[in-house]
Amino acid sequence: MLSCELGMKLVYAVLFLVLAPVAGGLLAGLDRIISARMQRRVGPGILQPFYDVLKLWDKEGVEGNPAQGFYIFSFLLFVVLSGVFFFAGGDLLLVIFTLTIASVLFVTAAYSSNSPYSQVSAQRELLQTMAYEPMMLLVAIGFYACCGSFAVGDILNSASLNIVRMPGLFLGMCFIFLIKFRKSPFDVAMSHEIHQELIQGLATEFSGRTLALIEVAHWYEDVFLFGFVYLFFGGAGLFTLVGGLLACALVYFLMILVDNCCSRVKWQHLLRCSWAVTLVLGFTNVVYLMFRMQGY
Amino acid sequence: MFATFVFGNGMSWLPTIMLFVDIVVAAAIFYYTCKHRYYWIGGLELVQLVMVLWFEFARGHGLRTTNPFIVDKFAWIMLLIAAVVGGLIVVFAVGYMEEFQKEHPEVPDRRPFFFGVMGLFLVAMFGLVMSNNLLYMYTCWEITSFCSFLLIGYTQTKEAIRNSFKALWMNLLGGLAFALAILLMGTQLHSVELTRLLAVGSDNRVVQLVAALLVFCGFTKCAMMPFSGWLLGAMVAPTPTSALLHSSTMVKAGVFLIIKLCPLFEGNYVGWMTLMVGGITFFFAGCAAIAQSDGKKVLAYSTVSNLGLIVCCAGLGTYAGAWTAIMLVIFHAVAKSLCFLCVGTAEQQIGSRNLENFDGLFCSMPRLSMCMLVGICGMFLAPFGMLVSKWAAMKAVVDAGQPLLVFFMAFGSAITMFYWAKWIGKICAYIPMKKELEEGIHSVQWVALRFLSAAVVSLCTLFPLLSSRMVGPYLQEIYRCNGSVLAPSNLLVMGVMVVLVMLLGLGYGRGRRNRRVLTQLSGANAGDNLGYLGAGERVVPVTLSNWYMDDWFGEARMQLWGFSLCAACILAGLALVGGGVLLA
Amino acid sequence: MSYFTKSPWLIHYDGSSCNGCDIEVLACLTPLYDVERFGIVNTGNPKHADIFLVTGGVNTQNLPVVRQIYEQMPEPHVVVAVGTCACSGGVFRECYNMLGGMDRAIPVDVYVPGCAARPESIIDGVVKALGILEEKAKKLAEKKAEGGTNGAVG
Repeated sequence: MLSCELGMKLVYAVLFLVLAPVAGGLLAGLDRIISARMQRRVGPGILQPFYDVLKLWDKEGVEGNPAQGFYIFSFLLFVVLSGVFFFAGGDLLLVIFTLTIASVLFVTAAYSSNSPYSQVSAQRELLQTMAYEPMMLLVAIGFYACCGSFAVGDILNSASLNIVRMPGLFLGMCFIFLIKFRKSPFDVAMSHEIHQELIQGLATEFSGRTLALIEVAHWYEDVFLFGFVYLFFGGAGLFTLVGGLLACALVYFLMILVDNCCSRVKWQHLLRCSWAVTLVLGFTNVVYLMFRMQGY
Repeated sequence: MFATFVFGNGMSWLPTIMLFVDIVVAAAIFYYTCKHRYYWIGGLELVQLVMVLWFEFARGHGLRTTNPFIVDKFAWIMLLIAAVVGGLIVVFAVGYMEEFQKEHPEVPDRRPFFFGVMGLFLVAMFGLVMSNNLLYMYTCWEITSFCSFLLIGYTQTKEAIRNSFKALWMNLLGGLAFALAILLMGTQLHSVELTRLLAVGSDNRVVQLVAALLVFCGFTKCAMMPFSGWLLGAMVAPTPTSALLHSSTMVKAGVFLIIKLCPLFEGNYVGWMTLMVGGITFFFAGCAAIAQSDGKKVLAYSTVSNLGLIVCCAGLGTYAGAWTAIMLVIFHAVAKSLCFLCVGTAEQQIGSRNLENFDGLFCSMPRLSMCMLVGICGMFLAPFGMLVSKWAAMKAVVDAGQPLLVFFMAFGSAITMFYWAKWIGKICAYIPMKKELEEGIHSVQWVALRFLSAAVVSLCTLFPLLSSRMVGPYLQEIYRCNGSVLAPSNLLVMGVMVVLVMLLGLGYGRGRRNRRVLTQLSGANAGDNLGYLGAGERVVPVTLSNWYMDDWFGEARMQLWGFSLCAACILAGLALVGGGVLLA
Repeated sequence: MSYFTKSPWLIHYDGSSCNGCDIEVLACLTPLYDVERFGIVNTGNPKHADIFLVTGGVNTQNLPVVRQIYEQMPEPHVVVAVGTCACSGGVFRECYNMLGGMDRAIPVDVYVPGCAARPESIIDGVVKALGILEEKAKKLAEKKAEGGTNGAVG
């Protein structure tokens, strides 16, 4: 029985490893098409992100210093690792902490190049991490208070539909996902489009395979962040599976919409906004859940 | 190994000796306060000396203490920390002070005095963690206060003297609370034993008040927020002093006492006071660390912040809370001492401890930066130990049903990440033009740095063992229950991650060699990545600085909030507990 | 199969032009022409770019800048000179500080004439450049296969 459970976990982890880049790449392609249509353009094909990465893989690597590649490889590794933990039904806090290491590694990579563009964006990236991390932790704590466990597996197996008790946390999380997905108005550190003030932000100094690895890491990250959205709706039955996937699709679409409607804000505004949202939507929801847990 | 044992029974001369030591320390403090005309601080000492003397002569002989010294597993841990970390700091100091005296000819060379005081300090620390009799603990407590005063004032500059007296009065205020607690306990409970206090339990209101006074005393020692000033002021001393005060001794004495009292905290105002003050300090000290550019000051604020977290966990009073607090104590002691020694060494080599000057430290001092990185990662990054403790802390706080603390934890954790990560970034910046600066580092300094780095890494891999062999058994004895705070599978995952990180480090630099190009300076790179061509072909140097966000996280602002909130919590807590005793 | 033709990223650099061509270059990004259909992205970063799109001629001041950007581009890459000035110096040719067309600074692969060059012809030039890019990529791959580990790619 135990080995069977472990086996299932391994299967999920391997599935994530194999399928996430495919799904992430397709999502990125779809993103570009939808954005283009919103701007009354045709846009590239859905496979465009794959072409981009494959091309980058064949290009010559140029670098500013020998350490960059090492940091970026570790960054990818830890992003993948946090996704694996998530899909193997692991502990949410562990997932978030692992993701934090990944983000610190990425920032270190940008710092290490010692170029003004990447260093300024490294600071901004750190600020963004500081802005969104409380909300991520509160979401994990919310699930714990709601389902009695930090483990993704247990949360999925709990009978309740989590969104009913955690609407504030859900909205707050979607808000900070704008930062995580690097969407306007919160794409201050790096953006998928050309960035007028910082060139390519954190990725300015990377090229060739290193840049391709960054792109792949983002695919992995995107997919497993949608896993968080799914947790709010998901459960054992087929109905919740469909409902959860629909919710993910809706969040995805809304995020693209917001991206195309907003202009970039200053970092002060970003920090203020995301902490205010974390407090008002996230924290109050957690307080409610905790009192409920204690039986008030 | 590490079995609990008791000693000191039947040593009838012990009380007399201790009393004599009390008087000697008091006399020394009088001498210094009169010499520098801080008479009111002398008054503070006088009051507590009178209290203790009165107690000894009027009541003391009626009390029979059974176990004056108990060395349980927790005491063993503290002893090991004080001995190993403290010992390494002393070893480091041998090399450091030699250099220090060369660099500062204006400071009188009083090295024998310095090492003597350090030794006394460690001995007092040993005594403190072993004492079960509060009177003995009080004696050791006073010695540590006095020694820290001497160490901070070592250079005898105006600032050093001012800061040393600041440390003295704050710690004596704590000592006053300690003396009051002894008086109260002796007269009301007819005992001065810590075990007795725990045995009576927190249902007794007098016990609550005694615990509250002791906790207050612990606050002063471990620099909780209204009293954080002395620890920050302690930076004026040579680095080994700060390392000793911040990591293995002094502040750890404060949290040691608070953790000892853990079982008395659950569900009463003492616990409430403890965890609120801890939580608030954790958050606001962390914020203040963001705005600092002085490396030692960042470390100091991070110490205050981490101590806040420890106190907060202890204040929960639960098994999980106590487990977390002890784990944090261990990891913090080792990692923080390493950080301090690294900054001190770097300061000697580059003549500054400003983080802005640590730019590209990796190129000029690769081995030292590696040690520094190990220390910093040990302080905040998964899979290193500190993070395991933070994880457990978060769980413990939710389980204890403290929403406000959830807030402090969530935000405090993000803030901690910010100030450490930007430090890491600074030292990892690649500036190839810097020249090698590592030659000047004394070999004994390397011994200490290497040993501590190894200790951080091995603690991180071996901490499940630490939990099951040391911390677990101690807590089972205290709480009389079995508990596991983090699932073993998660611990295993963390252990695997530590190994993974080390393997990654081994693979460093084995990758493909790529063509080197200039960094992106919009086509105007002057050719060495250090400057760009400005108007008229003039080379303008590129200067990059970290963010400090003074408008948001300025020191004064954070202190105002932190001090007033913590002071309010302390006053409210003491008033509520004291009122309970008076009304009962 | 090479993916270079499917995902050409370009960097646009304005030498000493009158900005007429630059406006036309940007016009290519608009919904009317929508070059993103071909996977073309304007990166603004030489380290990410495959195509160096230059407008305007080269003068004494921007000569080192153009060369530095060219140096920073990873192989394989192509250069497209857009507009008469970039091809030959144009009306600025006789100025005291002008050196002439872009080929005085760096090797140019495709010349797109016009004052200003129309978006259609710019796109046409870029598509021509893709053929050259493909060839260069092939040569590079061959060289790598011959030269073992010593190649620039890989």
